[in-house]
Amino acid sequence: MLTVLLLLWPVAAALLLHFFKGRAARVPALGAALVEFVLAAYAAFTFNANHTGQFSYNLNWIPSAGIQFAVGMDGLSLLLVLLTAFLVPIILLAAFRRNFENEGVFYALVLFMQTGLIGVFTAQDAFLFYFMWEVALIPIYFLAGVWGGVNRAKVTFKFFLYTIVGSLFMLAGFVYLYFQTGASADGLAAHNASLASFYSLNLPAETQLWLFWLIFAAFAVKMPIFPFHTWQPDTYTEAPAPATMLLSGIMLKMGIYGCMRWLLPVVPLGVDYWQNLVLILAIIGIIYGAIIAIRQQDVKRLIAYSSLSHVGLMIAGVFSLTHIGLQGASIQMLAHGVNVVGMFFIADAIERRTGTRNIADLGGLTRQAPVLTVCFLVLLLGTVALPLTNGFVGEFLLLQGVFEYNAWMGAVAGVTIILGAVYLLRMFQRVMLGPDSSFTATFTDLTGAELALLVPLIVLVFWIGLFPGTFLHLSDGSVMNILNEVVKR
Amino acid sequence: MNSIILLSVLGLGNLFLGFRRSNRLLLPAAMLMLAVVFGVNFLDWGATQSYFNDMLVIDNFSVAFTGIVVLTALVLLPFSQKYVHDGEANLAEYYSLLLFSLVGAIMMVAYNHLLMLFLGVETLSIAMYVLAGSDKRNLRSNEAALKYFLMGSFTTGILLFGVALVYGATGTFVLSDISFAVQNPKPGFESLVPMLYIGMLLLLIGIGFKVSAAPFHFWTPDVYEGTPTFFTAFMSTVVKTAGFAAFLKLLVQAFPAASAQGVWLPTLTAMCVLTLLLGNVGAVTQTSTKRMLAYSSVSHAGYLLIALVAFNGKLEGASAYGIFFYSLAYSVATVAAFGVLKLVADARMREDYNGLNGLAKTNPLLAFVMTVAMLSLAGIPLTGGFFGKFFIFSAAVENGYIGLVVFAVVMSMISIYYYLRPVIAMYMREADDETTATPVPVSGFQSAALLLLALLTVVLGVLPGLVSGVL
Repeated sequence: MLTVLLLLWPVAAALLLHFFKGRAARVPALGAALVEFVLAAYAAFTFNANHTGQFSYNLNWIPSAGIQFAVGMDGLSLLLVLLTAFLVPIILLAAFRRNFENEGVFYALVLFMQTGLIGVFTAQDAFLFYFMWEVALIPIYFLAGVWGGVNRAKVTFKFFLYTIVGSLFMLAGFVYLYFQTGASADGLAAHNASLASFYSLNLPAETQLWLFWLIFAAFAVKMPIFPFHTWQPDTYTEAPAPATMLLSGIMLKMGIYGCMRWLLPVVPLGVDYWQNLVLILAIIGIIYGAIIAIRQQDVKRLIAYSSLSHVGLMIAGVFSLTHIGLQGASIQMLAHGVNVVGMFFIADAIERRTGTRNIADLGGLTRQAPVLTVCFLVLLLGTVALPLTNGFVGEFLLLQGVFEYNAWMGAVAGVTIILGAVYLLRMFQRVMLGPDSSFTATFTDLTGAELALLVPLIVLVFWIGLFPGTFLHLSDGSVMNILNEVVKR
Repeated sequence: MNSIILLSVLGLGNLFLGFRRSNRLLLPAAMLMLAVVFGVNFLDWGATQSYFNDMLVIDNFSVAFTGIVVLTALVLLPFSQKYVHDGEANLAEYYSLLLFSLVGAIMMVAYNHLLMLFLGVETLSIAMYVLAGSDKRNLRSNEAALKYFLMGSFTTGILLFGVALVYGATGTFVLSDISFAVQNPKPGFESLVPMLYIGMLLLLIGIGFKVSAAPFHFWTPDVYEGTPTFFTAFMSTVVKTAGFAAFLKLLVQAFPAASAQGVWLPTLTAMCVLTLLLGNVGAVTQTSTKRMLAYSSVSHAGYLLIALVAFNGKLEGASAYGIFFYSLAYSVATVAAFGVLKLVADARMREDYNGLNGLAKTNPLLAFVMTVAMLSLAGIPLTGGFFGKFFIFSAAVENGYIGLVVFAVVMSMISIYYYLRPVIAMYMREADDETTATPVPVSGFQSAALLLLALLTVVLGVLPGLVSGVL
């Protein structure tokens, strides 16, 4: 029942919120998001890491088609639900910094999207999963398209088209799988779409070969993996900062989560066959994203390409099909979410103060803003994967996983750490250090409110870095189950 | 049957209301009549009755589809409010023609005899010919009426010729008897088999024209564009719903035999592919929202044809249910889209995409409803259109038409391109001149109707189970 509450609360709040005019919407929106966080935290405290399928709820949604409204959480779901519930209040707070038109609608869309995201992470039925997948897409289209930059119409349209085409392929795959299943639990329909019955299908290898791409298409676009990434830098740049945070902090985890939950155990033979190809694409993405990031002049674009590079490593870890690789991906999803949201917030803070995101125009911010510098540096080092920070734990496990699969691939993928240090430290140097520029003379330091927003992120950077066990033990059982399903056949 | 009688009587009664000099009474009266018919229609639920020596059979199938067409007309009426305010002299006639054409639609969903089908098609069409030309000072409206009338009466001839050939080959007009005769040809009548199939194909052409399936769709964009928007909305929803119900009935009850299927199945599959292709590709190149909706209406005929191809030989089950749900979701979304378009076009005097620019700023409600309608037509989840497509596609996959479904999925990817263009114009573009910067006047009555349509679309998209399994 708790999961249902987690799903319904943001929608209900969103429905009320859009009636609020102007700034009146701010506090209620934040309040609603905090309540959601408390609910998620309560779920985490009462969660028993040794059991799967907790807080589950089943309802006959479309009885004539055997489709159920089936939700529930295991450790992996819980981690991502926690991440979502944790980041949304922060993203809302970040939105407070800007004066948007129709704020009520803006916040309503964010909360509406939260339902979609949590739905994706908790769905136990293929159609519910697809449904929630799209529920998360529609708000972000409007968030980026209505409140975005100059080229927003074109860019968000491309984004929407890419993702929806990808998900239609996934739907086609699910429909095919659906017709391979047995009767629904209540016997009303000839088939059912539950996760369990998808797992127990034993499809011939040649079917799985093409089915793999149908299902993978949606995840590949969303993460995104090279060469399906071309929408990503443009969209990240054009979207307003809060929408970019939603996209990079939470939404791309939908793809990785989808691979772990709906791809590996459902078409294991297909995964086995395409494993090398996906790993190579992922590693190309790592190197490619990093090299392009080095050449970027726009802070936001640089972070976008850096994110592309880091996602590549997560994909590689997942497709190494090792326990440690999957565990690395689980923890890195949290770490990346925390870091990237913080980085985009700082980029936004700089842009709000100077009116530019161009690296060449900036410089010498350290002297005016020591607090901002420290926060930026911590998040940046987390992204670079300095030991004791969250990025290190994730990247270490991921690389170890890839190494276990293939040492050469591990070696190439490891370059990401070096290249990451190159472009991120270079950016830090040129933006924060060096001589003053005309844009930065009147720069002011972080306000108390902004700092309050960054502090939880920084706490998490160290918490995950120092005590990764808190989170790792949550996902351990789930990762084990997923791998068992893969190996079973 | 209650609904046919009531609609005819009330339609006549409505004409007398026109003698009053004031139009004020007409709209509420017409809505009340339709509401009564909608309710009374469901009294026939669960009890199959037949009339006129089995020429009409009222069963759950016909009651369900009657429900859709009457509901569509009911939710459409609020958008004729401008006619009321402008003191349109012929308003009573318009409403009566709508009511009479509904009688035709009901005959098309309840026929059990080919002549009843013919009568239904004609009753529906003749009213439409008149209404297409109702804006008589507008040249385009005249053109639309003339085009529709000429081509329509020509295909009516084809339909009637088909009926005659089928009668000649089987000796009967009754659907079940035709089915029997096709499967057990009388000795000595084998040579008539080609005549039977030619007649059957002519019937398919006749109905295919009415539902604007390719290659008989060429009239659609011009006629839709010229016809006053209010009647276009009626034309693209009621005629299509009734046409597809009639189509399904014909195939299921008269030609389910394997030998007949061997003829109509490839024909319909080819029509389906062609309709999807021409409808979707045609819509991409349009600059007028109204013409885009016309092509979109062609493409939706293509999706519905998939359900016919995936036919299971019954008036219930996956394909019939698919057509039912799809028609309902499509009608609701199309009425919403045309409703918003009419309000905007009346105020801004233009029907192109740019005419919608900045609508989200001036009229958030209109923009929201239009967006919901567009998402539903594109088949995005949370809206009825998604489950409409979903049910039809899964019916087709279940019957092994995977190639056709893949093609349709690719086509619906294309459709997202043109359905998003109004959304982009409304939300992401600024007003480009004086007229687009001022709010479009919308009455509370119309707002309520639009909200109801958006709500219906979302309810169908979130809880499709509410109407699931009725057939």
